[in-house]
Amino acid sequence: MGLRRAIVLVALMEVTWSLNVTTIGPETVSTDASAHPEPAEENTEQKEAAAAEEDVMATGELNPNHYPAQRAAKLVQHYLNARYGSPYKLFGLKEVHSGNAEEVADSGRKYQLEISVHEIISNTKEKCSAEVFFPSGAKQLSPQVQVSACEEILKLDAKSEEQALYQQYKTNKTVRTEERLPDSYGHIDPEMTPFWHLSIVASSFIMLKESTENTLYNVAQVANITQLATENDQLKFDCHVLLHEMVSQEIPQWKLLFTWSPAEGVKVLHTEQLPHVHEFEKRAKPN
Amino acid sequence: MRFSDQVIRVDAQSEEQIKLLQILESEEKWNLDFWRHPVSTELPVDVRVPRSHLGALKEYLNAHSIPFTVMIDDVQELLDQEKAEMRENHIRQHNTRDFNFGAYHPLETIYSWMDTLVDQHPNLVTKLEIGRSYENRPMYVLKFSTGGTNRPAIWMDLGIHSREWVSQATGVWTANKIATDYDTDASLIAVLKTMDIYMLIVANPDGYVFSHTSDRMWRKTRSPNSGSVCVGVDPNRNWDAGFGGPGASTNPCSETYQGSSAHSEIEVKNIVNLIQSHGNFKSFISVHAYSQLLMYPYGYTCRSAADQAELDSVGRAAVQKLTSLYGTTYKVGNICTIIYQASGGSIDWSYDVGIKYSFAFELRDTGRYGFILPADQIIPTASETWLALKHIMEYVHDHPY
Repeated sequence: MGLRRAIVLVALMEVTWSLNVTTIGPETVSTDASAHPEPAEENTEQKEAAAAEEDVMATGELNPNHYPAQRAAKLVQHYLNARYGSPYKLFGLKEVHSGNAEEVADSGRKYQLEISVHEIISNTKEKCSAEVFFPSGAKQLSPQVQVSACEEILKLDAKSEEQALYQQYKTNKTVRTEERLPDSYGHIDPEMTPFWHLSIVASSFIMLKESTENTLYNVAQVANITQLATENDQLKFDCHVLLHEMVSQEIPQWKLLFTWSPAEGVKVLHTEQLPHVHEFEKRAKPN
Repeated sequence: MRFSDQVIRVDAQSEEQIKLLQILESEEKWNLDFWRHPVSTELPVDVRVPRSHLGALKEYLNAHSIPFTVMIDDVQELLDQEKAEMRENHIRQHNTRDFNFGAYHPLETIYSWMDTLVDQHPNLVTKLEIGRSYENRPMYVLKFSTGGTNRPAIWMDLGIHSREWVSQATGVWTANKIATDYDTDASLIAVLKTMDIYMLIVANPDGYVFSHTSDRMWRKTRSPNSGSVCVGVDPNRNWDAGFGGPGASTNPCSETYQGSSAHSEIEVKNIVNLIQSHGNFKSFISVHAYSQLLMYPYGYTCRSAADQAELDSVGRAAVQKLTSLYGTTYKVGNICTIIYQASGGSIDWSYDVGIKYSFAFELRDTGRYGFILPADQIIPTASETWLALKHIMEYVHDHPY
């Protein structure tokens, strides 16, 4: 590496990422005229662009907009959803402010991240600190996530809606979908939305478990969800989800058996990956 | 056989002849319908003549040496034609006025809408067929031009990955926007004064149809792969730019299958042929979804493009404009560092053949809906993206090379 590049890199590491953006999710239209993002400092960008060389496994200070930090940060979203998600509470990764990666001798790689997390339904945002650990080795262990400095967003209360839904479907009603959630046009019946969210929460367990530094998962679509008999005061569901993995661009399909109650949250009982379906099999079931 | 009226034009030579014609007009038994009355020798006299009286009238005119010609040989045919045209126009008008830009449309609807756009803006828009897809569907490019010959041009392709529906939908809205704003928007006027815009709204028509009829998540082309049950090639791993390198698969069943060779896919080859034979493109923009990114080359390597600093600066300014509308945030960078290393991509190819201002958009959202973005986000997405596109076009226009 040339001397000039080395100097630029050092300068870069000393500049903290100060992009102070008031971000508004695309699903909410801002009515606040002052909510415009501030432009990033030109100088930093140019230096960053010049020094934008990624190692195979980025170590040290990470560019928060590049994929290594972004992929690690996504796991925090999956973790929060699995642990705290509900039909009325769903988390999204808003932004990565800074990141750092290091090798942990003989066991894996650890990321330290400063991120902003967004609770989608209440539209609240909070900054969090997180640690994501990707274990190495042949055993295929799940990544580990720890979150701190994020209490407010986790204390958000959706208890009354959750209770109402829980009571309704414990006794009176049963859900069994005929349409995919959402449908091909992005449309979802409002009555089904809580079950779409529940399926995302349950899928987050899978997405968390399956993630590596070389993947980025989202839920593409819920093929169906069926409510089974309530067990131990837990609503019980069987669902079929389509995930989207960004790096391979594949659509892995999974079946999940899970329970939910306001008190216990989502607990996944059983998961099964479905084989890659080729067109001649798909032809029988147009969507 | 049909007996239809004729319309004849009579060329009266003298006042006397005018008087004769006036007498004819007054005699009801002739049943003549004068469209232009006999007034003076300076003006033609047009008469609709019932078929049954045609022979007699012509004989009369000949006998008095009054010249005439047949203007309309068959009035009924003309009336039928006109009625059909009116009906068509009504439907077209209806379509253009009421076309729902905030909805996802099947291929046939997009194609027929293209024709209405051309009809409505004949001085600006033409439709070119640049070739056919594997399943023999036409691939149509809308060319926006105010004249000239082979002007420097801007290329846009949308929907090369068929499941990314907001991309094609954005193309439709954008084409309409260019056509409706081209004589009022100052920067658009400036760009179109010296440059052309070429827009391929559905770069993968077979995949698009398949995503409507069979599999909403279909990404690739629909060409068969010999020796495999799996269909299709990833058209954005099939370009001759680092072809066969990392980030593309040799497995036909993979979503990123690169194909048997570079440009093996006819959909890709059609674009390559157009760009090469035109020879004067200055910008090449591929539009995808989702992730909210504006990227520039390279994907096939993580080394910086020679023009990285400039492309980055243009990209950031474009994204600033985009974000200003609704606050939607985008990241800017080269493909390899922002999203992943991927070989055989379109904008790497375009950049390496000398089209400096090569960009790739990944539109809304960031994963909540992903490919199935609700239709009510089409217009907001297209509107904010338009600001970024305009910035790029203005910049390209202001920086000729």
